[in-house]
Amino acid sequence: MSSKKRLLNYALAINEALSQSMAADDSVFLIGQGLKSPWYVGQTCTGLLKDFGEQRIMDTPVSENAVTGAAVGASIAGMKGIVVHPRVDFMLYGLDPVINQAANWYYMNGGKASVPVVIWGIINRGGEQGAQHSQAIHSLFAHIPGLKVVMPATPYDAKGLMAAAINDPDPVVFMDDRWLYGIEDYVPEELYEVEIGRAAVSRKGDNITIVASSYVAYEAMRAADQLKKEGINVEVVDLRTIKPLDKNTILQSAAKTGKLLVVDGGWQSFGVSAEIAALAAEHIFSDLDMPVKRLALPDIPAPASQHLEKGYYIHCDTIKSVVLEMLD
Amino acid sequence: MKYEKSFLLSLYRTMLTIRFSEESFIAPLLDGTVRCPVHLTSGEEAIAAGISALLTPEDKVFGNHRSHGHFLAKGGSVAGLIGEVFCKEAGCSHGRGGSMHLIAPEVGFLGAAPIVAGTISLAMGAALAHKIQGSDAVAVTYFGDGAAGEGVLYEAMNFASIQNLPLIFVCENNFYATHMPIRETRKKDTIYESSLPFGIEAVREDGNDVLKVYEAARRAVELCRNGKGPFFLEFMTYRLRGHVGPDDNIQGNHTDIRPPDEVAEWRKKDPITRFRKYLLETDAVEQKDIDVIDLDVEKEVAAAHQLVRESDVPNVKELNSYVFKKTVA
Repeated sequence: MSSKKRLLNYALAINEALSQSMAADDSVFLIGQGLKSPWYVGQTCTGLLKDFGEQRIMDTPVSENAVTGAAVGASIAGMKGIVVHPRVDFMLYGLDPVINQAANWYYMNGGKASVPVVIWGIINRGGEQGAQHSQAIHSLFAHIPGLKVVMPATPYDAKGLMAAAINDPDPVVFMDDRWLYGIEDYVPEELYEVEIGRAAVSRKGDNITIVASSYVAYEAMRAADQLKKEGINVEVVDLRTIKPLDKNTILQSAAKTGKLLVVDGGWQSFGVSAEIAALAAEHIFSDLDMPVKRLALPDIPAPASQHLEKGYYIHCDTIKSVVLEMLD
Repeated sequence: MKYEKSFLLSLYRTMLTIRFSEESFIAPLLDGTVRCPVHLTSGEEAIAAGISALLTPEDKVFGNHRSHGHFLAKGGSVAGLIGEVFCKEAGCSHGRGGSMHLIAPEVGFLGAAPIVAGTISLAMGAALAHKIQGSDAVAVTYFGDGAAGEGVLYEAMNFASIQNLPLIFVCENNFYATHMPIRETRKKDTIYESSLPFGIEAVREDGNDVLKVYEAARRAVELCRNGKGPFFLEFMTYRLRGHVGPDDNIQGNHTDIRPPDEVAEWRKKDPITRFRKYLLETDAVEQKDIDVIDLDVEKEVAAAHQLVRESDVPNVKELNSYVFKKTVA
């Protein structure tokens, strides 16, 4: 065990989780399109092919449906499959094996066979890539019984949640965001797991609660750090797991501060932000000083033009100004 | 070709077990005791029986909506099937799945699902698992002619071929995708030829002759066990019952749109009648051997019904069991 603190970026933290999990367990394998190409998967797969060979690191033809099904089927048959979709948009071709098969398998077979598969989708937005290279559809998966959904915001959680997802006996949708890949943090060298289903209070504060995940959680932490200098104490709850949702941590924080801002990198309607606002209304209505505020993507397809992107995506400054409005 | 008497009788017993189980659902379907959609496989028994005779519990099978026969032939229990069709706790899926979700992992039957072609890629995954594990076990995917309209079949053929996976594609072509005759869904009705451009060896065979099925599958299994898969088998067959339910497309109504002459013609090719006749005419077995099995299977199915009748219905307090294997504390 290393006690020395070591900086590692988000992509390499995932890479380390994959590498160490595969070294620890022969039943772990990775399959998907573009594993040999950093253009697809960034640094997440660096060195894996050399270390584990083509049997366990399988770059595939463009066949999302069959390839996703292969990972699911292999996992029913005793392996721990990880299937990667380097752009979430393309995994829509592979929804049947995820939603009809993997999510339902354990239930509809009366607990006779679980599906320890990881469905890994990389959100790859910005850069004028337009509507079909940019979508964040975590809410869609979180809606489905039988699926777990994780969305790490930090390198530490990226490594720990990937390791936990691989070892979880149920299907886990692991969604990360290319915008986070370059962020560095202290990451332990040894293999560890971050428990699925537990949010983290990543900034302590008592003026207002922000609940967020993935890159908007990162932006919320930046906003909280900047607002602290102005004397505003923001509590940031980083969901880490979208489903099962850590209701207690969310509700305790919001009840304490009395003000809840939910930020989500997906679309606003019928999404994660709606779910959390509904939970607050159901359980802590009388503890809130003001209505819950939501900040999520507008119900608009992702635009290409960078000038439009600026008005579309959520950044630290947007979050700060909404917090200031709420505290005004 | 000379076969052991015990082998021939075991094929006969498998087919008969499927037939008697299937036919035992007719009365409860008509009187409403069985409520879940039931896709009977009467008339198609030879395919699962012939193929499973070559498989071990290490070999993996995935089925579809019409998989009672696949389940039983692979070694799934009669009571497990009947219990599941009645959605009782004694069912193989504890009443959570019904007729379309049968499973028996202990004998390599890893599940069935009615999304057409949806389990082809899952079986491919099992074949991939065998390859990664260095095992010589094979995987079998059963699908109907209707599945040939789904894109995932072609994705799977390509991937299985470039990976040389030990996967046997088994198309049970019964000429109808629910109500839709195959001639209205394809220009050419030779589904097996679809695998040829992918470099997959393919055979079309009479699916109502259990020994022909066995011989075709034997080659497929041998090649797959020796790293020379995948293989594509198309078996021509016909269901003697409706798409869903006894004799119709809507349970309780007589709406089978298939021409009566056609149904009558295929009735003459009933795989069980044919095999029984063959066994007796070639003196491979004696009538008393057949009689013993007939009585035995009849008793086994009746005993399974009795067991299921006496078993519990699922407890509604356990509605949320089996959503996740690992729940957050």
